[in-house]
Amino acid sequence: MLTAFVTLIGVAIVIFCLLRIVPGDPVAMMISPSATPADIAALRARYGLDLGLFQQFVIWFKAVTAGDFGASISLRRDVVELIGERLPATLELAFAALVFGVLAGGTIAVITTLLRRTPLEAVFEFLNGLFLAVPDFVWALALVLVLGVAFPVLPLSGRLDPASAPAFVTPFYLLESLVRLDFATFSDLVAHMVMPVLALGLPLAAIVARILKESLLEAMGQDYVLLARLKGMSPLRLVLQEALRNAVGPTLTLTGVQFTFMIGGTVIIERIFAYPGLGNMAIDAVINRDLPLIQGIVLIFGALFILINIATDALAVLLDPRQAHG
Amino acid sequence: MTSPLLSIKALSAVSTREAHQPVLRAVSLDLRPGEVHGLVGESGAGKSTIAKAVLGILPRTVKVTGGSVRFEERDLLTLPPRALRDIMGREITLIPQDPQTALNPSRRIEGQLTDGLRLRLGLSAAAARARALALLEEVQIRDPERVLASYPHQLSGGMRQRILIAAAFAPGPKLVVADEPTTALDVTVQKEILRLIRRMQRAHDTAVIFVTHDLGVVAKICDSVTLLYAGKVIEAGTTAAMLERPAHPYTRALIAAGPRYDRPEASLTPVPDAIFRQLRQDIEQTERA
Ligand SMILES: Nc1ncnc2c1ncn2[C@@H]1O[C@H](COP(=O)(O)OP(=O)(O)O)[C@@H](O)[C@H]1O
Ligand SMILES: [Mg+2]
Repeated sequence: MLTAFVTLIGVAIVIFCLLRIVPGDPVAMMISPSATPADIAALRARYGLDLGLFQQFVIWFKAVTAGDFGASISLRRDVVELIGERLPATLELAFAALVFGVLAGGTIAVITTLLRRTPLEAVFEFLNGLFLAVPDFVWALALVLVLGVAFPVLPLSGRLDPASAPAFVTPFYLLESLVRLDFATFSDLVAHMVMPVLALGLPLAAIVARILKESLLEAMGQDYVLLARLKGMSPLRLVLQEALRNAVGPTLTLTGVQFTFMIGGTVIIERIFAYPGLGNMAIDAVINRDLPLIQGIVLIFGALFILINIATDALAVLLDPRQAHG
Repeated sequence: MTSPLLSIKALSAVSTREAHQPVLRAVSLDLRPGEVHGLVGESGAGKSTIAKAVLGILPRTVKVTGGSVRFEERDLLTLPPRALRDIMGREITLIPQDPQTALNPSRRIEGQLTDGLRLRLGLSAAAARARALALLEEVQIRDPERVLASYPHQLSGGMRQRILIAAAFAPGPKLVVADEPTTALDVTVQKEILRLIRRMQRAHDTAVIFVTHDLGVVAKICDSVTLLYAGKVIEAGTTAAMLERPAHPYTRALIAAGPRYDRPEASLTPVPDAIFRQLRQDIEQTERA
C-alpha cells in the first residue's frame, strides 16, 4: 500500500516535469490573434504559469492531495468533474474487454487442451499465433471496414444513439441501464461497445489462450490428473476441476499486466470509435496542451495501474491454497 | 490351483522415443487373487512400464510389439476403451509413487477421496463421505473429519500416502498396483506404510503388484517376485525361494550387495561388472535367436 502511494507520487513528479519540458504553450492555444502581450501575461498569471517550476509543482501537488486537480484550460471546467464524467465510460469499456478477453481466451485454451494430439490442435495453434500478431488498432480498423462499412450492422461511433437521449443518474450507463432493466438502452450501449471491445479484447484473448493452454497441458501431466482419470472422470471435468485452478497462476499475472496495457490501448481505440471516454479526452487535452487536464488524466491512469496490480496480487493469494488456507 | 487373476504372457514393448529400443522383452508373470507380487530391478528395468500396461496407461511413445495382459480372461491390451475404463479405477487401482504430486493441491481431501466412490460406485455425497471417513480410520488416520476438510499441503507426506492408499482400496478393487509407494518417504514412515499396505491387502483379500527397487522391501511384503533387468525377466518365484536359493548369479549378487544395490557407492558389495557383461550377452543372444 505504501509502495503504491510512493509510486503514485513518483508518477506525479515525472508527469509534471515531462509536461513542462516538452514544447508547446497552453496559453498560445487559447488566445485570439488580436490579444496583446498584456493580455497574454495576465492569462499566464491567472494559471500560475509565470511562477517557477518548483513553485508550480508545490502549488499543484498541495491542491492534488486535497482532491483539487484544477480547471481544464481548454474546456474551462473542473478537471475532477471532467474525469468523473469520462472515466466510467472507459472503465465499462475496459472491463467489458477484460471479461471478453479472459472468457474467450480461457475457452479457447480449454478447447485446445481437450483437442491436444488431434489434427485440430494445429489449426487452433495456427490461428492463435495469427491473433497474437495483430494489435488492437489493426483489429479496430478491420472491424470498422467489415462491420461498419462493408456490412453496416453496427454503429460506427459514440456510446449511444444520439437520437435516443435517456436520462442517466450515474455515469455508468451500461450498469445503470441493466439495473433499471431498460433493455432498449442496454442493447444500444452494447451495440456501440461491440467493436471497441473486440478490438481491445481479441489481443488479450490470444495471449490468455496461449499461456493458459501451456499451463493446462503441464497440469494435465500431473499424477493427480492421472488418478482422477483412472477414477472415470470425463476429459472436460479433468480440465476444469483438476487442472484449471492449478494452472491459472501465470495467466492471472499476465492478465494483470495486459490489462494495464489495455487501459493504455483505450486511448487510441476510443479515438477511432469516437467513444466518449477518458482516453479520447486525453488526446484532445494533449492537442490543446491542456496541462491540468493531462496531469489529472495521467494520474488517474497511474492510480488505475496500481489498483490493477494490487487486485492481481490479491487474487493470486486467494487462488493459491497454500496462502489462502495456511 | 486357482486360475490367475492377472496373467501377462510374453509381453514385449519398444520405446519409439529411443530408436525402438526394447523396453520389455517377452515378460511373463501370473498373479493369483490376493497375492502380493513384487517387481524388482534397477532403474530403467521396465517395472513401471509393466505397471502402466496393467493400468492401461502406457505412454504413446511406448509401443507393445507382442504378448497379452489378461485380467480375468479379458486382454487389457485389446479391450475397447469403454470396457477398459470400467475396469480401471474400480477393479484395478493405483497407489502412486509420489504423494506430493498425486493429490490435487487446490482441492480438499474430501472431494478427492469421494469422487471416485461417486463416479464408480454411484454413491450419494453423504454415503461417499461416510465411506471416506471409515476408510481414513481404516488407514489409521486420527481425526478423519479434519483431514477430509484439509488441503494436501496441510498434511505430512506419510498422511498423504495413507490417504492415497485409502483411495486405492476405496472401490474394493481386485488388484492394486503400487509403483514404488514408499520411495519418496522417510525410512521410518516407509515401514509403517509397508505394514499398512500389507494389512489392507489382507483385510480386503486384494492382489497387489508391488514395484520396488529394494529387495529388502520385497522380503517384507511380497509373496512372490519377478526380477527384471533391461526389460527381461531374470528370475521369478516365491520370495522365500528366491531370497534363500537364488538361481541366477545376478540375483545372488544383488542379495550380497544389500539394500542399496542400486547405488554401488553405498552398497555392501557392489554387483561385479562381470555379471552385467554376462547379462547383456545373454540378452543379445536371446534377441538374435
Ligand atoms: N514415456 C516413455 N516413452 C518412451 N520410453 C520410455 C518412457 N518411459 C520410460 N521409457 C523407457 O522404458 C524403459 C523402462 O522404464 P521404466 O519402466 O520407467 O523403468 P523402471 O520403472 O524400472 O525404472 C526405460 O529404458 C525408459 O527409457
Ligand atoms: Mg519406475
